[in-house]
Amino acid sequence: MGFEKILFYCFSAIVIGSALMVVTRRNPVQAVLFLVLSFVGSAGLWLLLEAEFLAITLVLVYVGAVMVLFLFVVMMLDIEIAALRAGFIRYLPLGLLIAALLFAEIFFIVGPEHFGLEIFPKPNPQPADFSNTAALGKLLYTAYLYPLEIAAVILLVAIVAAIRLTLRRRPGNKSLDPAQQVRVRKGPDRIRILPMASEPKPVLPKEKAS
Amino acid sequence: MSFYHPLLSVVPEIAVLFLGCAILLVDLYLRADQKGINSIIASVGLLIAIVLTLSTSVSERAVFWGGNFVRDPMSDLLDLSILVLCLLSLAYAKRYLRERGLLRGEYYALVLFATLGMLVMVSANSLLSLYLGLELLALCLYALVAFDRDEKRGSEAAMKYFVLGALGSGLLLYGMSMLYGATGGSVALSAIARAVIDQPFHNHPVLVFGLVFLVVGIAFKFGAVPFHMWVPDVYEGAPNPVVLFLGSVPKIAAFAFAVRLLVEGLGNLQAHWQEMLMILSVLSLALGNLIAIAQTNLKRMLAYSTISHVGFLFLGFIGGASFGYASAMFYAIVYALMAAGAFGVLVLLSHKGFEAENLADLRGLNDRDPWYAAMMALLLFSMAGVPPAVGFIAKLLVLQALVDAGLWQLAVVAVLFSVIGAFYYLRVIKIMYFDAPLTKDPVPADGTGRAVLSLNSLAVLFLGLFPASLLSLCQAAFG
Repeated sequence: MGFEKILFYCFSAIVIGSALMVVTRRNPVQAVLFLVLSFVGSAGLWLLLEAEFLAITLVLVYVGAVMVLFLFVVMMLDIEIAALRAGFIRYLPLGLLIAALLFAEIFFIVGPEHFGLEIFPKPNPQPADFSNTAALGKLLYTAYLYPLEIAAVILLVAIVAAIRLTLRRRPGNKSLDPAQQVRVRKGPDRIRILPMASEPKPVLPKEKAS
Repeated sequence: MSFYHPLLSVVPEIAVLFLGCAILLVDLYLRADQKGINSIIASVGLLIAIVLTLSTSVSERAVFWGGNFVRDPMSDLLDLSILVLCLLSLAYAKRYLRERGLLRGEYYALVLFATLGMLVMVSANSLLSLYLGLELLALCLYALVAFDRDEKRGSEAAMKYFVLGALGSGLLLYGMSMLYGATGGSVALSAIARAVIDQPFHNHPVLVFGLVFLVVGIAFKFGAVPFHMWVPDVYEGAPNPVVLFLGSVPKIAAFAFAVRLLVEGLGNLQAHWQEMLMILSVLSLALGNLIAIAQTNLKRMLAYSTISHVGFLFLGFIGGASFGYASAMFYAIVYALMAAGAFGVLVLLSHKGFEAENLADLRGLNDRDPWYAAMMALLLFSMAGVPPAVGFIAKLLVLQALVDAGLWQLAVVAVLFSVIGAFYYLRVIKIMYFDAPLTKDPVPADGTGRAVLSLNSLAVLFLGLFPASLLSLCQAAFG
């Protein structure tokens, strides 16, 4: 129990600290890297809750795929920090006021008074051979089959929308089309046999001599 | 009731999903000049979906799919109105899309998937399916707004819509997570309703806290003041047929969303959300109607008019009790029909290289095409609430619900702002009939569009003369 508590505080400190860094860093690449750190910290917290599958998915999907992609985008784009910060001081008082209000409200609501251990007791630990993944899978394909299907449609829509909005055929594009490359025939595509009139036999100097 | 297989309950949804996927596939095999076939497939498919919805309709509430899905008379009626309006909006759009080279399978697929999202919202019985339906709808709409991707305004509008929509979804999700925590970890709305009744008093602050976020999320999606900032910009930037779609049909789905969440899930907290909706609706009525007067862009004017109509719709919720909800439902369906017609006129007046969107574009419409002008005038009279058009009946019912609930002060405010609002609708009619046209060109020929517009506007007149047909269905849904 004691060690788990220490781990919990460690992970929480990592999550909060890195989240703060995400919003305060000047360099967007550093901000993204801190975001990765905060995801890893949350994954640690989920592990403590015995949600192993979710923790691993968080690391694999978010850190491994989404954030790496994000990092690429951030590195490619030339983000002008000065322009982004132009209204910072002007909006700071209003932003701080709203943030403070929201924080106070959330602090009083999501405190031990309403979500303490007496109201939400700690779930009993599962045996070591309990498979989190199997339990999730069973739920997903029985009780939550309908939402799962809808989520699948959402992914399909994301694909359709992304292709529609970004796929363009530019005329001067030098990209290669493998289908066309495969379809190349020896015949007229690679070798052309041209009919040529044969030249008259050259007169050799030796014959001339004789 | 005879045996009713769970699969039968989702037949409308399956039909629309299948239709969307079929169009995606068929589109691959069509040459550029054959893309009109997509439109035929979509229309026929939607008609089939309507028939299937009718043939699988239920007479009483039944829950399926692990409590995530509900089929009741309300969902049947709303499903049908959504499918019919979707059909209308596609019929309006065809010529416009063809002229601009936008007649592509993706347009139809996205509209159909958005329709699917709305059907899911209408029949949702858990927080999960509600949210997923909403996201499915929203994702399709973001893409549709930017569908004309070479148009800069469309991309800008889509970006604004996306960012603010994501913010709204975030608030909604936060509220849902509070609700989930406060009601003992259940996503099913019926379980939440039970938990709210049994809830010991100490958990109430969490519930109300979550409720605030939920109401804010709903207001965001409806576009109620003070969460309306995206509405005028999106309406102005999006292509006309997309505005037609996103300005009309989703209002019905948003109504269903609010009923499922607030009435069926949190009916016991009515005293709390009533107050919040009251503030939202009075602000929406005031700001929508006053700012609409200052607009010279017709699309922006109709956007502010939407905001004021949303305020009116919320008044029905505030009236409470089954009659209030039925009046709000009547209002939502009728508004969607009127908005589809009004934006339909803009679609029909646009042609290649010209987007009809300013008040001046309607000048002297009566000289150019008296029938279009008459239909538009009918729709505008309806929006302003002039009898015999149906807008009058819709407003009357909401006001009656308010007075029944003893909230006559609110009714007075609503009438006052409706009178102010009538000014800008009537101004458009004046522009159409008494101003000299800017151009002598005849309006673009479009037989289908003319027929659909006539059908749409005459439906508004018919419902105004015989409101009982629709009203009895609405009342049966909340019987």
